[in-house]
Amino acid sequence: MATLRTIKRRIASVRSTQQITKAMKMVAAAKLRKAQNQLLSTRPYAHELEEVLGHIAGRMKRDQHPLLEARRIKRICYVVISADRGLCGSFNANISRRALQEVAANKELQPAVVTIGSKGYDYLRRRDVSILSNQVDVFNTLDFAQAQRIADQLAGWYTAKKFDQIMVIYNEFKNAVSQKIVVEQLLPIVPLMPEASKFPVGYIFEPNPERILQEICPLNLHVQLWRILLESSASEHGARMTAMGTASDNAADMIKELVLYYNKARQAAITKELTEIIGGAEALKG
Amino acid sequence: MDKTFILEIVTPVKVVCKEEVLHVKAPGVGGYFGVLYNHAPFLTALRIGVIEAKTPTGMHYYATSGGFCEVMENTMKILVETAEPAVEIDIERAKQARDRALARLEKKSPDIDVPRAQGALARAINRLEVAEMR
Repeated sequence: MATLRTIKRRIASVRSTQQITKAMKMVAAAKLRKAQNQLLSTRPYAHELEEVLGHIAGRMKRDQHPLLEARRIKRICYVVISADRGLCGSFNANISRRALQEVAANKELQPAVVTIGSKGYDYLRRRDVSILSNQVDVFNTLDFAQAQRIADQLAGWYTAKKFDQIMVIYNEFKNAVSQKIVVEQLLPIVPLMPEASKFPVGYIFEPNPERILQEICPLNLHVQLWRILLESSASEHGARMTAMGTASDNAADMIKELVLYYNKARQAAITKELTEIIGGAEALKG
Repeated sequence: MDKTFILEIVTPVKVVCKEEVLHVKAPGVGGYFGVLYNHAPFLTALRIGVIEAKTPTGMHYYATSGGFCEVMENTMKILVETAEPAVEIDIERAKQARDRALARLEKKSPDIDVPRAQGALARAINRLEVAEMR
């Protein structure tokens, strides 16, 4: 049986761990709120932009803009979005595992990987995946310029025919406790086609469809990637909040058990001492 | 003439407005244009300028810095980088931005981005003009 002192030390240690997980949960909750607001205000814009792009691209041949042009797929690139930090449950493990599956399933397309977030990078690097570039510290200073920079790089590779398809694997934010892994095609841009019956006739374009397409395609790419980064960031904070909440609860359970154990041990020690004293007194009497 | 249609102004930061309007005037790349009820399907790029929306209750003015606009089935969607209602424009900040851009353009040092400074100047002047309309 463990001595009283060691049990007491255990309790103190679990308690301090619990304090840390509780604090981390609070921090994650605050960050989640911020990320969520940002995401929810970006989603409508991203969606509407896709719709407008669909209306215009639906009326034209696919090769009107280099980012729309679909080629025969010879080389594929995956953009894997994970987190920079751990302690967020299975968030990083799930996304990395999914990425590995995708890469393994498309071996003949010589898949290359771009990682955003160092956890995904660490995982895939050790598993014989060819990693083209790794963007760290994106989430620390997440802003639109970052999304623009990465999107432009990807677009550059695409137009230079380095890759014929660019997919992005990320966590879509559902709510604070659940996120969904999504594999989405980033390039070539797949225009959201309006239903045939809703297809407008006599659409007027000003100045002309080509010019508008030229401006809207890169913008759409920037905005979509920006939305995706926000989705992932909100998901990460949500996952961390949940994970730290569970950890705090587990710590509380453990403390409860240990305290019970401690009290039992203390009682046993007292009983033992009492029997010894009584035993001694009885012996003196005789 | 009194029929209304829906105007939606959406920016990457938020949905600025979604309301019933009678008439909208917006800065297209080819010049200002007006939209009324039952307008033909229409898509255009927008430049820096002012969006004027006539609602049943009065006029609203928004300073915008360019984007796209689509009119379809009596819904006018305006997707722009920024859209500030005239009443929310911070005049002091706009003035500062204008002076800063001017100073930068005057210095003509080789390390400044001239188109960017010109864009900033145009946006600041536009915001000041729109602020006058409130």
